[in-house]
Amino acid sequence: MRSPHPQLDQDGNLKHLLTIDGLNRELLSEILDRADGFMSIARQAVKKVPLCRGKVIANLFFETSTRTRTTFELAAKRLSADVLNLNISTSATAKGETLLDTLRNLEAMQVDMFVVRHASSGAAHFIAAHVAPHVSVINAGDGRHSHPTQALLDLFTIRRHKADFKRLRVAIVGDILHSRVARSQILALRTLGVAEVRVIGPGTLIPACAEEALGVRVSHDINEGLRGVDVIIMLRLQRERMTSALLPSEHEYFHLYGLTEERLAIADPHAIVMHPGPINRGVEIDSQVADGRHSVILEQVTNGIAVRMAVMSMCISTQNLALQAGAYPEGESHG
Amino acid sequence: MASPERISIQGGRLIDPAHGIDRATDLHLAAGRVLAIGTAPADFQPERVIDARERIVCPGFIDLSARLREPGLEQKATIESETRAAAASGITTLCCPPDTCPVIDTPAVAQLIQQTAQRHGFARVIPAGAMTQGLEGQQITEMAALQLAGCRVLSQADQPIRNALVQRRAMEYAATFGLTLFLRPQDPDLSRGGCAHEGRVSTRLGLPGIPEAAETVAIARDLALAGQTGARVHFRGLSTARAIAILLAARRRGVSASADVSMHQLFLTEDDLDGFDANCHLIPPPRTRTDRDALRQALAAGELAAVCSDHQPHDADAKLLPFPETAPGLSGLETLLPLALRLVRAGVMDLSSILARLTTGPAGILGCDLGHLAPGAPADVCIFDPTAAWIPTPETIRSHGQNSPFLGTEMLGRVDRTLLAGRVVFERNGADSSGPPNSPPPAPRTG
Repeated sequence: MRSPHPQLDQDGNLKHLLTIDGLNRELLSEILDRADGFMSIARQAVKKVPLCRGKVIANLFFETSTRTRTTFELAAKRLSADVLNLNISTSATAKGETLLDTLRNLEAMQVDMFVVRHASSGAAHFIAAHVAPHVSVINAGDGRHSHPTQALLDLFTIRRHKADFKRLRVAIVGDILHSRVARSQILALRTLGVAEVRVIGPGTLIPACAEEALGVRVSHDINEGLRGVDVIIMLRLQRERMTSALLPSEHEYFHLYGLTEERLAIADPHAIVMHPGPINRGVEIDSQVADGRHSVILEQVTNGIAVRMAVMSMCISTQNLALQAGAYPEGESHG
Repeated sequence: MASPERISIQGGRLIDPAHGIDRATDLHLAAGRVLAIGTAPADFQPERVIDARERIVCPGFIDLSARLREPGLEQKATIESETRAAAASGITTLCCPPDTCPVIDTPAVAQLIQQTAQRHGFARVIPAGAMTQGLEGQQITEMAALQLAGCRVLSQADQPIRNALVQRRAMEYAATFGLTLFLRPQDPDLSRGGCAHEGRVSTRLGLPGIPEAAETVAIARDLALAGQTGARVHFRGLSTARAIAILLAARRRGVSASADVSMHQLFLTEDDLDGFDANCHLIPPPRTRTDRDALRQALAAGELAAVCSDHQPHDADAKLLPFPETAPGLSGLETLLPLALRLVRAGVMDLSSILARLTTGPAGILGCDLGHLAPGAPADVCIFDPTAAWIPTPETIRSHGQNSPFLGTEMLGRVDRTLLAGRVVFERNGADSSGPPNSPPPAPRTG
């Protein structure tokens, strides 16, 4: 049986970041506060702090990504870590090496942290359960399950625009079924105690038992669902949804669920519009809205660096505490 | 093979559900068969006396679904390793699904499996022949030849026939020879890519789901076709309350169809997938508490006539992957009896009833004269200690498959000895076997 908190050490410090599930409000706030502190670094002449100097961080991407991988890389470099980028979808596993063998090889190169993206739900948990005890794992997206740093950077962005979480109404629009981003956002928003989370989409893109399982209100009508919301999160619609009998056409989808100026007007006048990117203009969001004054989409990208710095530096400092306490004697590197 | 001994099993609580026996009495075996219950014939001289005081003596169990992995998948397990584990679990007869490599779609493969099992001599093995060649769901197999080669039943293992016309033809052809079809009701399209019950937990964990309708759609179709063709069908491993309701409704209309449940399905629910334990990656998936309770009730009521291990041993690597990529299935032989006893302790059913689902129930489905202890019946006997505590671990599990979600959890109930056709095929170390032949009869015990 697994530990109830696979991401925390015995003192409750962040050891891995695998999912928002199981993290309390204090810890989420601590991450966001720390990210706040890193925001100023981008404006310094030398955009670096030495918090992860001498550490090796491997970006292990089994699924292609540009934005997430790049911001993780930048975050690690600003923390003065040495960074390895491994695009595994085109290397080892293609040669038949198993995931565990890939991990063991990288561990043998004294990697201290894995940032992992994988197409299977639960992959980050699996990796965290099998790495050596001194190594940290950060989930950069596993299947449909979780994408915790995206949720944290979204919270961070909301917090910079909206003072009081308790009164916030948030709408998440689109493909909830396949979205690890939505799952993590919902958990994070509920942990911080927002007033209401609504998910909006057609029946084919809303997962089973969503209201009970996720604690959200489901709406199939965007005009009803957006009424009075303070935050609108649009999700990316993958093209392949059109060929798997989930949706008839991009045209009908945009007609029913696309975010337009008219629909934006249904929300609170000070509503912000978010999107985890990359956006499909004219599919889930109108260009005018994406580039309009309510949009904070590019800000999300900037904030992603600070939030990822916060998470990485916290995991590394948990490692350092354990090292100082002599938790990993020589020769006991594998659990 | 040495000729079977004359054996007296003395002082145990004998439970033979087929004949309503549940009392402290002796069991006498000779020439591989049951000779007498209670008092032995005056001239009977046992060569061996087994002291069964504080033990339960019952017919050896019959498991309708246990993968042995041979031929072709010996990295997971072998006929020898798994029949040895079956003997240690009190199982004397087991039916192995046809998804070996090559598939059991020719008499040669069926005979190879039976001959190998006979050579090792730990259990009776009944191969289930494939309904379609290569289990591909297109061309039916030489069913008559498979039947002659010892395949009492035919099945598609976990690869149901997608095409309803092929399914109909397979049923019609099988009915010609009175063959029973083991059907695992799961619509291949509705379940495609799924690895968890579609519901609360799959939604939270982002695991691709298998909806309840994957089972209900399939069982409804196959019951309609069974009614049309008159084929004898048995549904393997039901997992939903609605499928049971559909089955019972069809029976009321006169369709004859039996069904069973896998033992783990009576314990695990969707909530056990939390934490992504790959040993809980099962097909059909653990479902809701409501489904689990309905399965328990249906088993207690006899609506489900049998419970099986659905044993699927895997090599360690098959489970060392992210959850959705792992091979489904658990190693279930050795937890079959202790979990059955757990049902008794939970008040789901009495001991005699659960033993019936492990003996007479499956024997009836297979249509074979096993699973009971009437004089003249094959002496397939299980002797177990219902209160012995043990913990399944890699050291205590005999199966080559270590993939069990019950690993590390305490079990009550352990087999001491198993006899197959009057031969002791399993004897636990330390089990007291040295009772003197002329020891005084033990004090009568109440059941």
